[in-house]
Amino acid sequence: MAKLESSLKNMLLSLTAIALIAAGLMASLYSVTSEPIQKSKEQKSVEAIKAVLPAFDKIENDTANGLNIYKAYKADGQFIGAAVESMSKNGFGGEIKVMVGFDAQGNITEYSVLEQKETPGLGTKMVTWFRPQTEKKKSLLETIFHYEVKTAEKQSSIIGKNPAVNKMTVSKDGGEIDAITASTISSRAFLESVRTAYNAYAAANNQKQTDANSGATQTTEGNNNEQ
Amino acid sequence: MNNNLKILLNGLIKENPTFVLLLGMCPTLGTTSSAINGMSMGLATTFVLICSNVVISLIKNLVPDKVRIPAYIVVIAAFVTMVEMVMQAYVPALYASLGLFIPLIVVNCIVLGRAEAFAAKNSVVPSMFDGLGIGLGFTLALTLLGSIRELLGTGKIFNFAIYPESYGMLLFVLAPGAFIALGFLIALVNKLRKS
Amino acid sequence: MEYLLMFIAAVFVNNIVLSQFLGICPFLGVSKKISTALGMAGAVAFVLVLATIVTYLANHCILAPFGLEYLRTITFILIIAALVQMVEIVLKKASPSLYQALGVFLPLITTNCCILGVAILVIQKDYNLLESVVYAFSNAIGFGFALVLFAGLREQLEFSETPKAMRGMPIALVTAGILAMAFMGFSGLVK
Repeated sequence: MAKLESSLKNMLLSLTAIALIAAGLMASLYSVTSEPIQKSKEQKSVEAIKAVLPAFDKIENDTANGLNIYKAYKADGQFIGAAVESMSKNGFGGEIKVMVGFDAQGNITEYSVLEQKETPGLGTKMVTWFRPQTEKKKSLLETIFHYEVKTAEKQSSIIGKNPAVNKMTVSKDGGEIDAITASTISSRAFLESVRTAYNAYAAANNQKQTDANSGATQTTEGNNNEQ
Repeated sequence: MNNNLKILLNGLIKENPTFVLLLGMCPTLGTTSSAINGMSMGLATTFVLICSNVVISLIKNLVPDKVRIPAYIVVIAAFVTMVEMVMQAYVPALYASLGLFIPLIVVNCIVLGRAEAFAAKNSVVPSMFDGLGIGLGFTLALTLLGSIRELLGTGKIFNFAIYPESYGMLLFVLAPGAFIALGFLIALVNKLRKS
Repeated sequence: MEYLLMFIAAVFVNNIVLSQFLGICPFLGVSKKISTALGMAGAVAFVLVLATIVTYLANHCILAPFGLEYLRTITFILIIAALVQMVEIVLKKASPSLYQALGVFLPLITTNCCILGVAILVIQKDYNLLESVVYAFSNAIGFGFALVLFAGLREQLEFSETPKAMRGMPIALVTAGILAMAFMGFSGLVK
């Protein structure tokens, strides 16, 4: 087949045809994938709620301080805790979204990072950093040479701590939590989102935890001054 | 068939897009902070390359010369959008970690370059193999660079711990390490090709 | 003040080339001489700001109201390609001297990923029009700054003796890495 001439009619026709076909294909694929995209987003927060709370039978949605709170109950109506979807805008790469779980006493049960744009290898460690240190997996060289590299104990776990009692700031700012190595900004933002979550949790439960709230706000201001 | 194999190997080694043609540097540097990210980016690009090469070689006679570039861009952008949607739907975590670089496959000079230099002049089957070869060459380069950066930076390859993380040189996971590691890798390839 | 912070952050802290890896091709390709680097930086600044405004309007006036956000990539790249062509034609007629300075770089800009990258980033970050323009302008300056600095380094590099295998691209990449390391020193300047 000979190549089409570059006349105005041919150019218009071929470009229009290509654009139409491409648009049609994309529109049809969009209608196929839009549902799974929506679902995977919802799935994410549902799974996060399950992951951060102890076993529950019923979830009740609530909002406080502009944050979504998912209160968990047993079948007999006993309140066992709540998951709070919290965020901070002060991450190194922008917004950080986390789901934080609290038990009925306000102790942190577990957390899950929903969204973050921190530096790979540094700030992204927040996904596991603030959990208790698990059994260390030996690296290949350590296994071969029967040798273990000792690393300094870090006090970075927030699990089981209560923001009303424990000071939820990085140790550099006088708090109890060790920041991620070389990622103080990300750590501050993460802890800020945890404190925000706790304040919302406390507000929703009408608990008079004013001490923690004011303490938390003060440190937030302290951070801002430093920046 | 023999000819097609030659085209495939040509893209993979002799005209490796990263090490020899030095094209598509943005995703090469931006997505290789770990081996798995580099490999996924390479495979996504490979898919776009094969599809766009096949379609462009099919429609090459229907497109007048003067408007061929916009026509090719539309074809490429359509496939990139498809990859974007499928990844968002079925592998959302990977999509989030590659981020901006998925839509930016559109402006990856490799894709448009192959469309113009190969697919516009050859028939469907060789074009497909060219896309596959160049794509795999790109994937190979990205996986290699990702592995090196991950190993030097965190002591792991594909998340498998080789040596303790506290001995890693964090620099290699960060931006400067990307430039430096790629620089030395290209120097090594130069040396090997000469001898 | 807010815009000034945005400017400093875009130029120094999150430099578009050295920490976000956008626009690497022209960064490595046209950085052999300071004069060409300046030309490229000017052309990119011009197109980047213009393209960001047009794509922003296209996204908010056409794509978003009709729920067509999934066509963003294809629409943006076509707008950018058309825009570059138009700029070239207009510049040729209106200001031949400027065309002579920037003309050769214009065709290269369509495939410069920092244009499309910034256009998409502005939408992702949910900026308003003014913020978008400031962001685009700051990134253009950041791009130009890195490019001219790098060109200066490479001009010096020409005279130094490098091992054979390192000549050309490898040594340029290592230099860029050291430059990126220097830019890391700016982190903490803002936020």
